[in-house]
Amino acid sequence: MNPYANMAQLRSGLDNGDFSAEELVHFYLGRINAAADLNCFITVDSDRALAAAKSADKAIADKRTGPLTGIPIAHKDLFCTEGLLTSCASRMLHNFVAPYDATVVDRLRKAGAITLGKTNMDEFAMGSSNETSFYGPVKNPWNQACVPGGSSGGSAAAVAAGLAAACTGSDTGGSIRQPASFCGVTGLKPTYGRVSRYGMIAFASSLDQGGPIACTASDAGTLLNAMEGHDPNDSTSAIAEATDIDSSRRPLKIGIPSQYWNDLDSSMAKVLEAARHTLESLGHDCVPVELPHTEAAIAVYYVIAGAEASTNLSRYDGVRYGHRTTSPENLDDLYQFSRTEGFGSEVKRRILTGTYALSVGYYDAYYLKAQQIRRLIRQDFLDAFMEVDVLLTPVSPSTAFEREALIEDPVGMYQQDIYTTPASLAGLPALSLPCGMREQMPVGMQLIGPHFGESSILSLGCQYQNETDWHALHPAYEHD
Amino acid sequence: MTEWEAVIGLEVHVQLATRSKIFSRAATSFGEYPNSNANAVDIALPGVLPVLNEEPIRMAIKFGLAIDAEIASSCRFDRKNYFYPDLPKGYQISQLDQPIVGRGALPIFLSDGSIREIGITRAHLEEDAGKSIHTAYDGFTGIDLNRAGTPLLEIVSEPELYSAAEAAAYFRELHGLVTTLEICDGNLNEGSMRCDANISIRPKGVETLGERTEIKNVNSFRFVEKALEYEIDRQIAVLDAGGEVVLETRLYDSERDETRSMRSKESSDDYRYFPDPDLLPVDITDEMIESVRVTVPELPTAKRNRYVLELGLTDYEEGRLIEDLNAARYFDAVAERGIDVKLAANWILGDVAAALNRDEISFANVPIAPDELGTLIQRIQDETITGKIAKSVFETLWAEGGSVDGTIENQGLRQLNDTSELENVVSQIISDHPGQVGQFRDGKEKILGFFVGQVMKATNGQANPKQVNEILRRELSVLPPTP
Repeated sequence: MNPYANMAQLRSGLDNGDFSAEELVHFYLGRINAAADLNCFITVDSDRALAAAKSADKAIADKRTGPLTGIPIAHKDLFCTEGLLTSCASRMLHNFVAPYDATVVDRLRKAGAITLGKTNMDEFAMGSSNETSFYGPVKNPWNQACVPGGSSGGSAAAVAAGLAAACTGSDTGGSIRQPASFCGVTGLKPTYGRVSRYGMIAFASSLDQGGPIACTASDAGTLLNAMEGHDPNDSTSAIAEATDIDSSRRPLKIGIPSQYWNDLDSSMAKVLEAARHTLESLGHDCVPVELPHTEAAIAVYYVIAGAEASTNLSRYDGVRYGHRTTSPENLDDLYQFSRTEGFGSEVKRRILTGTYALSVGYYDAYYLKAQQIRRLIRQDFLDAFMEVDVLLTPVSPSTAFEREALIEDPVGMYQQDIYTTPASLAGLPALSLPCGMREQMPVGMQLIGPHFGESSILSLGCQYQNETDWHALHPAYEHD
Repeated sequence: MTEWEAVIGLEVHVQLATRSKIFSRAATSFGEYPNSNANAVDIALPGVLPVLNEEPIRMAIKFGLAIDAEIASSCRFDRKNYFYPDLPKGYQISQLDQPIVGRGALPIFLSDGSIREIGITRAHLEEDAGKSIHTAYDGFTGIDLNRAGTPLLEIVSEPELYSAAEAAAYFRELHGLVTTLEICDGNLNEGSMRCDANISIRPKGVETLGERTEIKNVNSFRFVEKALEYEIDRQIAVLDAGGEVVLETRLYDSERDETRSMRSKESSDDYRYFPDPDLLPVDITDEMIESVRVTVPELPTAKRNRYVLELGLTDYEEGRLIEDLNAARYFDAVAERGIDVKLAANWILGDVAAALNRDEISFANVPIAPDELGTLIQRIQDETITGKIAKSVFETLWAEGGSVDGTIENQGLRQLNDTSELENVVSQIISDHPGQVGQFRDGKEKILGFFVGQVMKATNGQANPKQVNEILRRELSVLPPTP
């Protein structure tokens, strides 16, 4: 069995009886078990996965299949899963068994997907290296000394190591795209509002967006089709046309924003240039564009995301669920000790900075100012999309860095997000896909589309992947 | 000695009578088992999101229209952040600077009979918190989240109330309005309307406001008045003694009839308000406003004018009817029959109210249909039955149902209006009671009542009392003097 088989191959294998869903689940469970040292999973749900596989096999035998029937996937551990630990990789929720399914989980299950387990992540999705997890860091399967990126590091590493056919992730400022690029897989952050946030534990509500991490752009599209759509439980979820990958080669105008390319490290630039040439060779036209407010994105992002996080995380107070300190003397103790013990240092840092940004006397200078600049950043993109169909940019300034290289340098860590936060602030869809290698580590490129333009960036990604093999490279890491 | 003037502004939290909560589908019913009306959203489980229900929006618009206020074309919800065990999210969803209802006014009726318009600064929507129960478990506090997420309309008045009595009158007027609008059940003892009062004192004639205190959570008309009276006296005493009023929150203790300092506001709370990113701004279209406008009923002021100026009811009658929407409705339905409205008001506020009180039911469930009560009153007016008989018909209808006319016929209760028959009865009674006749003739007029009673007894109460009186007087005076 091929751990890197794409969805179409898995579909036909299952439908033709080449292998059963049960065999497929056993196969992946075996790989997960053997790859325990990568620390991709927080929870493996073997029993229910196997039970679901039996039902899937019955459905396949009865020819009652959905697009994902029998396909084993895993969920980032911030999607609530009924009856299963949903920890957000935090001590605060290390005992939280969700009593309900997130809309994304529910929809993927209804489409037939089987949940293998819950993947590791940065605590509360705050981090770019997967080192802030209460359950320990995830290792990059391409080089175990390196980080897989974050915050959806467990999901990206699991797909890269062939531990699941695909995974869900969430992206607030790059948390799907950056780990996808570090692990050499394909990840999509959909348009804000494309995918319901209900049941996806909130970090920054105006930015959070669930999305797929998969082997290919086509697979990401298949997964997205199951995840997307308006949800009455999420007022910010949009009513929009379903994503439809179109393989016809309409020549596109691809914008090359100078702000994303000018300061690029030469070895990275070389890889990205090659990708650009490939796209041109496919008949697309690359033109320079300007996104003048790009530089402010990181600062704006960390003010807004921190502000929202500081109040989103207020509910973790030790009163109703989650970690509670033992023997508090009074109410203040209960709050203070439960939260001090329950949250890790990066989460505390963001709660503190966010609280500060919303405080009387600072609100105007930080939060309000950040919102104003956010609108300018968004306007930059809207202007650019008057001229071009999509934007081509790097995902990250570098390939995966070594563990502990940046963990004591929060600002340095935040700067990793320079190319991913602008699209988040503007609510735009962005696809991260492998486009080359640098020093044996994968490099990703980013295709940013206009609002609800997933179809065009996924279609372009598919064309690119039909032409190149970067997505078909797999880490030498082998465990069986 | 300085002459002082109190300046009071009220913030009234009105629980909106919606079936479900403002941001979740859980029910809002009162008195349920703790936490049985709290779903995942109300408990603030990780991952849940608020979804705004339309009903509270419509109710807020209805209120806005009733006080002739500006209705925002777009409004927004904000998070008000603070930690408290019965506040599950660690923030309350409220409206800071884009309230749904803008400036309006409410007329109140002062004790001297005059009317004054009290400015309403704004009214905004927010969610209620749960309840902390400190008595149920030894050493622990219980949390009941049934109330968490119940929609509130916070109505903020201008500081334009100048005495405790005026403040109470305003609160009462607001109560009448929101119950008339049917946006609140008005049950003060269940906390359906809760009042915070801001109060300061200044020398009469001075424009600037003195330092204020806030009295939290006074939930009855009487307590509003008493708490403010106490607080006005306290502040005056402080100022007269050369002291200073301290900005603080105070609680009213109704048992001891005093206010006590709860916490100092000096370290002013920072609620870190910001727009809730989980909720989109709410656009309120003209169509929506118009569709609400047609549901606005006759307002208390108009109703009061109709009762007093058109129908001639007394202030007391009008007050009782305005106070209870269902009583007013019942009265209107009875009065529609074209009968004597004063008589109708007497019956409704007298016999009907007493019977309701006795049987512990409300005006919403009067067992006698307004049409039947109307007929009953009509039968008194057209002298089919006597007032006394009417009371017995009323009791029969109350207990057994049936129609007025049917009951009169079946029980043979028609009034005896036949003059010659009455004259016979009267003659018989006069001849049966020579002693009393003598007393009457000696000038003891009161004895007439005795004769009326005898006639009524003899006719089972059916004799026309007016006729009985006339005949008695005539017969008693034409009799020859006793030897």
